[in-house]
Amino acid sequence: MSRLIIEGLRTVCGGPFSFAVERGECVALSGPSGCGKTLLLRALADLDLAEGAVFLDGTDRNEMPAPQWRRQVGWLSAESSWWADCVGDHFRGQRSGARSQKEPTPAYGHPSEGGDSRSLPLRCPAFAEPSSPGARFAFIRGSDFQCLEKLGFQRDVLEWRVDRLSTGEKQRLALFRLLLNEPKVLLLDEPTAALDASNVWKVEEVIAEYRKSTGAAVVWVSHNPEQIARAADRHLQLWEVA
Amino acid sequence: MSGIIQLSPFELSLAALLVIALAVVCRRLRLGVGGKLLWNATRTVIQLSLIGFVLKALFASSSPFWVALMALVMLLGAGREVRARQKNPLRGGWGFGVGLSSMFVSSFAVVVLALTVVVGPEPWYAPRYAIPLLGMLLGNTMNGLSLSLNHLTQNVRQNRAAIETRLALGQTQSEAIDDIRRESVRTGLIPIINSMAAAGLVSLPGMMTGQILAGNQPLDAVKYQILIMFLIAGGTGFGTLAAVWMTSHRLFDDRHRLRMDRLKG
Repeated sequence: MSRLIIEGLRTVCGGPFSFAVERGECVALSGPSGCGKTLLLRALADLDLAEGAVFLDGTDRNEMPAPQWRRQVGWLSAESSWWADCVGDHFRGQRSGARSQKEPTPAYGHPSEGGDSRSLPLRCPAFAEPSSPGARFAFIRGSDFQCLEKLGFQRDVLEWRVDRLSTGEKQRLALFRLLLNEPKVLLLDEPTAALDASNVWKVEEVIAEYRKSTGAAVVWVSHNPEQIARAADRHLQLWEVA
Repeated sequence: MSGIIQLSPFELSLAALLVIALAVVCRRLRLGVGGKLLWNATRTVIQLSLIGFVLKALFASSSPFWVALMALVMLLGAGREVRARQKNPLRGGWGFGVGLSSMFVSSFAVVVLALTVVVGPEPWYAPRYAIPLLGMLLGNTMNGLSLSLNHLTQNVRQNRAAIETRLALGQTQSEAIDDIRRESVRTGLIPIINSMAAAGLVSLPGMMTGQILAGNQPLDAVKYQILIMFLIAGGTGFGTLAAVWMTSHRLFDDRHRLRMDRLKG
């Protein structure tokens, strides 16, 4: 059975789309800008209203709660978004099992405000009293740190402030954040658009390795024919029909 | 009402000169609020004069039907005002309905509670107590509500990408909007918290000033003012909580999708 099956999916911008992606397969998606590639990925992640059906390993997405679907069918937006001050704060709760409803998430712009800070396991160094990084990031496992290193970061990146990151660093960290969920399908919207050549190579390698080790299916939006030839098993093109 | 100095229309028009002067200056500076200022000052005169007559008739009849009708009109006006003060309210009847229902449960409940349990006039709906109390509560709750709802909808618009990223990472609608929601409630509560802090030190609240001008004992005026402050805090707080929760719930659908199309503009 295919990992991801799409049947008659219609977005605001087009469709109906019907295709399937196998376990461990990478499908490249290209087409002129504005033709609805991003909207297609968003519809697959169930972030926009869309007609049609999507199945993961044979299970209709409407048979599970939307958050559970999105943890398995992970979407990486072209431009990454961050809501707390500190990089590590965005990873807390991503790891299933380390997830706790009671921990308050830090407010926009005020991650360590008020009494909340006592219960926060992660703090930027500017706010934190000295404590062992190991305990604070206990939910991130050794294999995760390997992934971080392959993406070109050291462990201390968890304590970095988001506003000091470059666009490219943000894009690579957003991929790491997504992979922490261990999704079964990756929906990647130009994941290397803001990266220089050496980092493009790093990201491609991390994704390929993740795909091989977990059997994840990948839908990869890319404008670069060489990248498509390198990374993808199959190439789908979207056309605008007049 | 012992020995209050009566105001004549002439003395009021002296005060009106202040507003007119301000409007002239605004026009000169091209602030674009001169016309608005004059129009709303005129509204104040007309609305307050009318309400003077209405209250006079209401106090004379003191029938529960007229008190209820008056309360309903005030509530509808406040609901309209809450919606009008938001830059991007919820579409359809929701923008009005959310404000209306949360003010109904908070302001009305608090006033009825205060009348029956705390003040205890005979009958409990006596318009001399019920209408001014309700008016002060609605006015303040309305402020808190429009501040907090405006904060909520503006921040959701600004942080749309971040909220959707959090949803995409598997957070529920409630987790994804939690910090904006809490910040919004806090915004709505700031005015009443500030006015409780400043009461007596910096400002003499309007109601207390009015009672003192009317010749009442300052200590009696103080007791009523404390009562009002507490009622306002309760009414605004619970009303704001209800309105923010209802609105943020309406911003998502059952599949935890952020539905910006439900906001106007």
